[in-house]
Amino acid sequence: MTTLPSVQNDEAVATVVIRGADSRWSLQWPDLWRHRELLYFLAWRDIKVRYKQTVLGVAWVVLQPLAIALSLNLFLGRLVGKYSGDLPYPVFVYSGMVVWQLFAQALIESSNSLLASQHLISKVYFPRLLVPVSTILSSLLDFVVSLFVLALFLITFHIVPTASIVLFPFMALLAAMVALGLGFWLSALNVKYRDVRYTVSFLVQFWFLATPIAYPSGIVPERWRVWYELNPMVGVVNGFRWTLHGSGTFPAREVAISVCVAMAFFLSGLYYFKRTEDNFADFI
Amino acid sequence: MDSSLAIRCDGIGKRYKIGRQEGYSTLRDTLTDWARAPFRRLISRDRSSFETPASELRALKDLSLEVRRGEVLGIIGRNGSGKSTLLKIFSRITKPTSGYAEIRGRVGTLLEVGAGFHPELTGRENVYFNGAILGMSRSEIDRKFDEIVEFSECSKLIDTPIKHFSSGMYVRLAFAVAAHLETEILFVDEVLAVGDAAFQKKCLGKMGEAAHDGRTVLFVSHNLLAIESLCSRAICLLDGSIVLEGLPSAVSSRYLQNLLPSSKEARYDDIATAPGNELFRLHRASVRRQDGVASDPITVRTPLVVEFEYWKLSASASLDLGVEVFNEHGVNLFATGRLGGPAAPAGLLRSSFVIPGDLMNSGTFRVGLMIFLSGVTVIGEWEDLVTFEVHDEPSELRGYFHDNWPGALRPNLEWKTEVVEPLPQLAG
Repeated sequence: MTTLPSVQNDEAVATVVIRGADSRWSLQWPDLWRHRELLYFLAWRDIKVRYKQTVLGVAWVVLQPLAIALSLNLFLGRLVGKYSGDLPYPVFVYSGMVVWQLFAQALIESSNSLLASQHLISKVYFPRLLVPVSTILSSLLDFVVSLFVLALFLITFHIVPTASIVLFPFMALLAAMVALGLGFWLSALNVKYRDVRYTVSFLVQFWFLATPIAYPSGIVPERWRVWYELNPMVGVVNGFRWTLHGSGTFPAREVAISVCVAMAFFLSGLYYFKRTEDNFADFI
Repeated sequence: MDSSLAIRCDGIGKRYKIGRQEGYSTLRDTLTDWARAPFRRLISRDRSSFETPASELRALKDLSLEVRRGEVLGIIGRNGSGKSTLLKIFSRITKPTSGYAEIRGRVGTLLEVGAGFHPELTGRENVYFNGAILGMSRSEIDRKFDEIVEFSECSKLIDTPIKHFSSGMYVRLAFAVAAHLETEILFVDEVLAVGDAAFQKKCLGKMGEAAHDGRTVLFVSHNLLAIESLCSRAICLLDGSIVLEGLPSAVSSRYLQNLLPSSKEARYDDIATAPGNELFRLHRASVRRQDGVASDPITVRTPLVVEFEYWKLSASASLDLGVEVFNEHGVNLFATGRLGGPAAPAGLLRSSFVIPGDLMNSGTFRVGLMIFLSGVTVIGEWEDLVTFEVHDEPSELRGYFHDNWPGALRPNLEWKTEVVEPLPQLAG
């Protein structure tokens, strides 16, 4: 992203047309492309600021999911541990936590991102879309860090990934996409309705319970399964685990539903965000 | 669009919907009604265009403007006249409700110095981030980095988190980044009002350079002197419309004569609609001679009383008044306040202070009032609440000097001359 030469100065004369009461919808891709370096800077600043003045720094990324995974193992391990299928329960829980953490962090940060940048939004122009997208990037970086611990888990439990591991990045990106789609919605709504901030933390807790992290999705009765799988994180978490061991059947239906729901969130969120972004500066 | 133009806009309008909360709309409406009333007589205009539904604020009304390439356009007007909204629309921060505008060239916006500065980041990191936010590419910042640091005069601390910077250093670093923004069009809003005098001068110099480089600059300021010295043309906004246009000196002098309320007293009798909020309502503000009545002329020798009568609607709130006095060039002569101390009882109160004689220069002065809650939070702010003239006194034309006395203030200081040592060859 940053190695490309800048084209900003090479354009003959950039002409910007501003129209009131403009009802056309456009992604304004050239404008986004011109500001691609800013995306990098926003994510870079996010990461820099997040771990300044913390003693443990980036270790927090690992500690949080690890602590939850360990306590789940302690309390639920004996109860549901034997249903965890192809993965030993500790790996089952931690792998679920890792991808959940990516999703939850990306969702929380992106939905709060516009408000957190309100001083920029009311004083400088840049494509507003970069703000929620940049938080996803920094969440992905944290995710990469937590993968090192996941690798340790796999080594400890002698789990050798098969060819299925190539789908691993895809599942992570799917989680990020679900978060980004919702992040578009919630960050834009958050500008006008501050209630969103309170809703998100509640939503994330509830969602955690509705996702097979501590328990296998097999314990959900068959007649509820389709409804259950409408939660896109079901496909993400089960698909993510499958890429680690590669045995048994790929949870194709769950992942397919997940992709569809993620696309729906993403496209509708993008549409709503671009619809409302012109007035962000007036309301924020 | 004609290729000699950098900006053209046609019929730009901007409406804000105002909620009913905090009595904000009523305060705003009262103030604009009050400001606009004398002006209606000045320029005849379609009355219907002034009429707005109560829940809407029309920040800009059908505004059309052309700016040629290389032109430095000054924009003046009272607070709330739409100056900042206009720059925000041109720089795409917000969208107009109606109208059309075309901007040719790369745009840089300086509505605030140090946009995006983060206290935890070092000076170096903030320069990069701020530069990127303002639209510079990474390679461009790399290239100008040393120059920026040198301009800011904080090279020693560049790798220290800026939370350890003094406020002066913070502003210098922020402006240094902004000053190195090399866009074809630059929108500047009142950012020069920060920093110490020497640095302000340096910044004005940098702005002047930008003007000479053939860049197009739109410059909003209350500092009429800066407008006059930097700009090639000026416009004056009132209630969202352009009411004056022409040479900066002509526009600023007509602005002072006609558009500022010239009254030594402002009075609001209805407690429900007077400027203020649920804690404070202004009843009366006035400037008069200490030894006379309001109608007596004020001269450079006479002590003045600046007086405010107001309803304090809460016994427990600690309200403090702060006053700023500006001269006709927009220079803030002084600020004074009575901050802290026990809370006064509720009721109709009067606060006043005396400006001693032999201090003010001759000219037109504007008094602005701020209300602080608990000494820190500004809960009300009115610029140009009252205006007063100070005249020369014939006997006060000191010695042989019969011209305008230079300087923002004109204290009559006591001079002494004494012989330290006589020179022997001249003594006898």
